[in-house]
Formats: sequence, C-alpha cells, structure tokens
Amino acid sequence: MTAVRTPTLAAAKLVFQRDLTLAWRRWDEVAQPLIFYVVVTTMFPLATTPDLSALRVIGGGVVWVAALLASLLALEALFRADVEDGTTEQWVLSGQPLGYLLLAKVAAHWVLTGLPLVIMSPIVGTGLGLPTSVWGVLMLSLLLGTGTLSILGGIGAALTVGVRRGSVLLSLLVLPLAMPLLIFGSRAVAMQMDGDSPVGALQLLAAIFFMALSLGPIAMSAAIRISVEN
Amino acid sequence: MSWTWFHKLASPPHAYRILGTIAPWFGWASLGLMLLATWWGLVKAPADYQQGDGFRILYVHAPSAWMSMFTYVVMAVAAGVGLIWRIKLAHAAAAACAPIGASFTFLALATGSIWGKPMWGTWWVWDARLTSELLLLFLYLGYMALRASFDDPQRADRASAVLALVGVINVPIIHFSVKWWTTLHQAASVTKFDKPSIQLAMLIPLFIMIAGFQLYFGWAVSRRLRGEILRRERNATWLKDAA
Amino acid sequence: MTFDGAVFEAREINAWRGDRHILRDVSFSVRPGEFLKVTGPNGVGKTTLLRVICGLLPAETGELWWRGKSVRGRRDEFNFELGHLGHLNSLKGDLTARENLKFLAGLRTTLTAETIDATLDRVGILSRGDLPARSLSAGQKRRLALARLLLADAALWILDEPVTNLDTAGIQLVEDLIVEHVQQGGLAIAAAHQRLLDDAPCLRRLELEP
Repeated sequence: MTAVRTPTLAAAKLVFQRDLTLAWRRWDEVAQPLIFYVVVTTMFPLATTPDLSALRVIGGGVVWVAALLASLLALEALFRADVEDGTTEQWVLSGQPLGYLLLAKVAAHWVLTGLPLVIMSPIVGTGLGLPTSVWGVLMLSLLLGTGTLSILGGIGAALTVGVRRGSVLLSLLVLPLAMPLLIFGSRAVAMQMDGDSPVGALQLLAAIFFMALSLGPIAMSAAIRISVEN
Repeated sequence: MSWTWFHKLASPPHAYRILGTIAPWFGWASLGLMLLATWWGLVKAPADYQQGDGFRILYVHAPSAWMSMFTYVVMAVAAGVGLIWRIKLAHAAAAACAPIGASFTFLALATGSIWGKPMWGTWWVWDARLTSELLLLFLYLGYMALRASFDDPQRADRASAVLALVGVINVPIIHFSVKWWTTLHQAASVTKFDKPSIQLAMLIPLFIMIAGFQLYFGWAVSRRLRGEILRRERNATWLKDAA
Repeated sequence: MTFDGAVFEAREINAWRGDRHILRDVSFSVRPGEFLKVTGPNGVGKTTLLRVICGLLPAETGELWWRGKSVRGRRDEFNFELGHLGHLNSLKGDLTARENLKFLAGLRTTLTAETIDATLDRVGILSRGDLPARSLSAGQKRRLALARLLLADAALWILDEPVTNLDTAGIQLVEDLIVEHVQQGGLAIAAAHQRLLDDAPCLRRLELEP
C-alpha cells in the first residue's frame, strides 16, 4: 500500500467543501440568521420613530449590532454536530495541523452567514435612512467585522461545545470581545456619512482581523482539544 | 537545572502551608496601610480647588481600577501557566483571582458612579475609564460563567484558561478602542475623571492606598487559594492525614 | 508505508478520570505482526487506555514510544501512522457513503474514486455507496467506519469495541481485516468484550484489573 499523504491545504479545502455541501442540503438553516438580521433591524424604527433623518443618526450602529447578533446566533452550533458524531476526534487524530482544518470550517461558516449579511446590509441600511454614499464603507466594515467575529465566535463555540444553554453563554463570552469591532465599524460608517475619512477606523478593523486570523486558530485548536479530551 | 523548589511550591500540601503562614501578614499590613491611606486622604490631603472634597473618592476609585486590571493579568498568567505546564495549582490560583478581580471592578464602577452624582448630576456617564471597567466586568463574569458551566473540573480549568488568555490579549484592544470612541465626539467632554492637578500631597495617599490594595489582594488570594486547594484535594491522603 | 521497526511501547502509564486513578503503571509493547487484545470488566479503563494512546486523554505520568522514539512532541507525526476506530462512527448522515469517505479519510491520504470503490467493496457496502449515511443500518454504518480505517493506511490500528452492531458476517470481516493487516506487518490494539480472534496465533492479551 503506497498511499499519498494529503497536503494540508488540500485537507483544509476538503473541510471547506464538506461544510458547504452539508449546508446546501440544509439551506433552511442557513437562511435563519439572515431573516433574524432583517427582523431585528425592523424592530428599531418600530421602537423609535419612522423618521428616516432621525434613524440615520444611529443607523450604522443598528446595522452593526444586528449583524453581530445574527452572526452569533449561527455560531453556537458550529462545532456541535462534529463533536457529537466523533468527526472532530478524527480531525484531531488526522495528523494534519488542527488549526488549518478549523479555520477552513470557520471560513465556510462565514461564507454561509457573514457574507449574506454583508450583501444584505445596504438593503437594511436603506430602511434605516443610510444614504447610498455609505454603502461601500458599510459593506467593507462588515466584511472585516463579520470575518473577525466568525473567528472569535469559533473560539467561543469550541469552548462551549456541549454546554447546556450554550448559546447564551457563547454570547456572553464573545460580545465583550467584539466591542472594539462594533466601535470601529459603526464609527467608520458614521464618519463616512459626516464627510470625514473612515480610513483610520477601517485600518484598525483590518488590523484586528489579521490578528484574529493569525492567533485565532491556535486558540480554537486548544479549545477543541479541551472539548474532545474526556 | 534544579526545579525542585518550583515543584515543591506547586505541590498542594506545601502551598497550603505556606499560604496559611503568609496570609495573616498580608492581612494586617493591608489593613494598616488602608487605614493610613484613608486618614491621609480624608483628613490630611488638601481639597482640590476645582472639585472640592468630592474628588477624595479617587483614593478608592483609582486603586480599585488599577487592581481590577492587575488581577486580570495575574489571572491570565496563572491560567496560562496551568494550561501550558499542566500545573493544577496555577489553575486554582486563576480561579481564586476571578471573584476578587470582579469585586475590584465592581468597586471601581460603584465609586465612579458615586463620584459622578454630586459632581455632574448623573449616576452614570460613558467615560473612557468607566466604560472600560464595565467591559472588564463582563470579561470577568464571562470567565466565571464558563467555569461554572462544566461539571468536569479539568475541562473547566482548561477551557477558562483559554478564555482568560484570549481576554488578556483583548484588554489592551478594548481600552484603546473605548478611548478612541470617547475622543470622537466634540459634544462629550474629556475624561471627567481626570485626576485633579497633581500635587505630591495628593499622590502620597494614592500610592499608600494602592500598596494597601495590593496587600489586600495578597491576603484575599491566599485565603481563596487555600479554600480552592481544600476543595480540589478533598479526597487526597495528605489532607486526611493532616485533619 | 514501512512496518520495519514499527514497535509501539507504553511505559508506566498512569491516568485519572476526575478523582479516580484508572490506569496504574500500565506497561506493554506491541511488535509488527501482533494483535493486542485488551480485556477486563466494564469501567476498568480499556477505553481510557486507548484514548491515552491516541492522545485524546492526557496521562499524568508515563510515556509512549513509537519506532524507538518518544511520542511526546511528535504527536502529529505519530497520529498520522495511527488509525482509530472508536465507539462513534464519525459519519455525517447528510453525506453519502462515498462522500463521507472522501471528506474524512481524504484528509489523511489522497483518494481516488477507484480506491474508494475498492474499499467499499471490501467491507461489503459498495451497493450503498451513493446513499446518504443516515439511511444505512447500524451494521452498515459500522462497516463504513471500517472502510475509513482501511483508507487511513495506518501502521497501528486502535480499535475500541470494533464489532459493535455487527452480525456474524460482520464480525468475521473485522477478524479477516485485522489478520490481513498484521500479516502485512501492521500492528493492532483492540478493546473488546467478545470473542475476537481468540484462537489466532498473532493474538496477545492484556488484562486490565480494577
């Protein structure tokens, strides 16, 4: 038997592909966070005022908060099925660096939840009075923000796998860590709207994203091993 | 290299004894310094010409805020040591620190709020330091909630250690982002809790109080850690022999 | 894959589960061509031992040696030569049998359609290849898990109750696969209650006591 060892990148691609395949067969689960996103952003005008010029002032912030909450909703179950059926154990035993496999999984998750939120954001933003001039900044900031949140949420989900009422705990753990994202992201949108340059805020968002990208897989690996070791 | 002294320290029976011996020293010294600082701050230090006597709560507010961050770092370092070198006592130390740190954070928030009311008429203001302390409180609560959610103590130790390490990397980022956030609005004033123009006479009671709080931390951690050791080692032979 | 020098040794393994000292100074070695059957009453630590070998549980003291070197610090390298079949089958119900193999066994070794088909045939479920795994019977799922193990191309097999849910033909299949594996020079360690190759010449026993 002369079997060829799978290169790590190919293994990561398989994980990515697998999760997309699985999601395709359960697309209704993928749609839920998106619907939640639209519902939550609808709540704000109903709770305050229909006046678009008033909504515009906090519009960027509302879109951001809704995006973070919707992303979190989808994250709780990220590792649950794989840990329960033993797949994660096999990943740990595969001889491949676990961090890459987990990052591939988080990437697939982002494509399925974060990316749709980003694409929908101009639409929900319009409902909150945001002008078209901020669409670019809104989408770019959410792109970086939801990406970072997927990684942070991945760490939280890995830590809380199997815990009763894990979704509430996950939110409690991840939201404080996500506050900087919220600050920089919504501020970037507001700056763009006021005519100031949002570049500084966007750069800070990007810096956080790249830091999460490099350190996140290490923390996720450690967290998954802890969940699987028992 | 001889690590025996280190291993001795990390062994529960030794640690239990050593902590029991040093705790009272920490306790009395801490009490002494805190009383001294209180008297000095309330009586001897001059009133601030801008804020009158109200600012004196700074002598509790600033040390609490400092200790809340100091404790988080100690907690994260202990958790990291426990995670990397698999030393159970380090995990116990991290667990002991958490409620102490959370209490300091809460004290900082409460004294900040008490300071604000007579000065500016509101019980809360979104000042950089208070907001940072609030987020730090959430981090502590999340850590304690995560610990409590596991039945398996090993998993509780190790999972919360990962969380503490992720948190400690985030703390500077959170601080910076909150500071950045408060400086953006021209309408909001600058940090309301600026220390009044610093005179040496004001700094001395501040440092004495910080020293007193540090010693209090030493006392509180020693006592809690002994309790943690008792709880974790309840089935061990050394404990049954000693009882 | 060379089996020369592929010796596995456990030295003085001690492991705790919570407060219970489950494994006490467990030591043994397995050589190429040998099948070690771990036996003992329920709860004695058979699964714990296998999980320690796989690195899924830490051993407080003791070491594992593979090919004459300690495993410590070389986990991923060792794991690549290790094939594990646990209690769970590690299958995704929504994926077909073929897809399950492609996406899991494929993480270790590059698979072709021919190899997958040949393996499915060997374990007797080729006709089920394109059915979703959730529609397979319990025995067929176990066979699919065996297929994954075969595709792992591992020198050391770690099997935890391999014949669960299998009928007589299935048990015979497992025995045949183990014999084929060790005859090629591979090693196998299994925890089992029932008869499993009890009369085979390659069998050695490790009885764990409480």
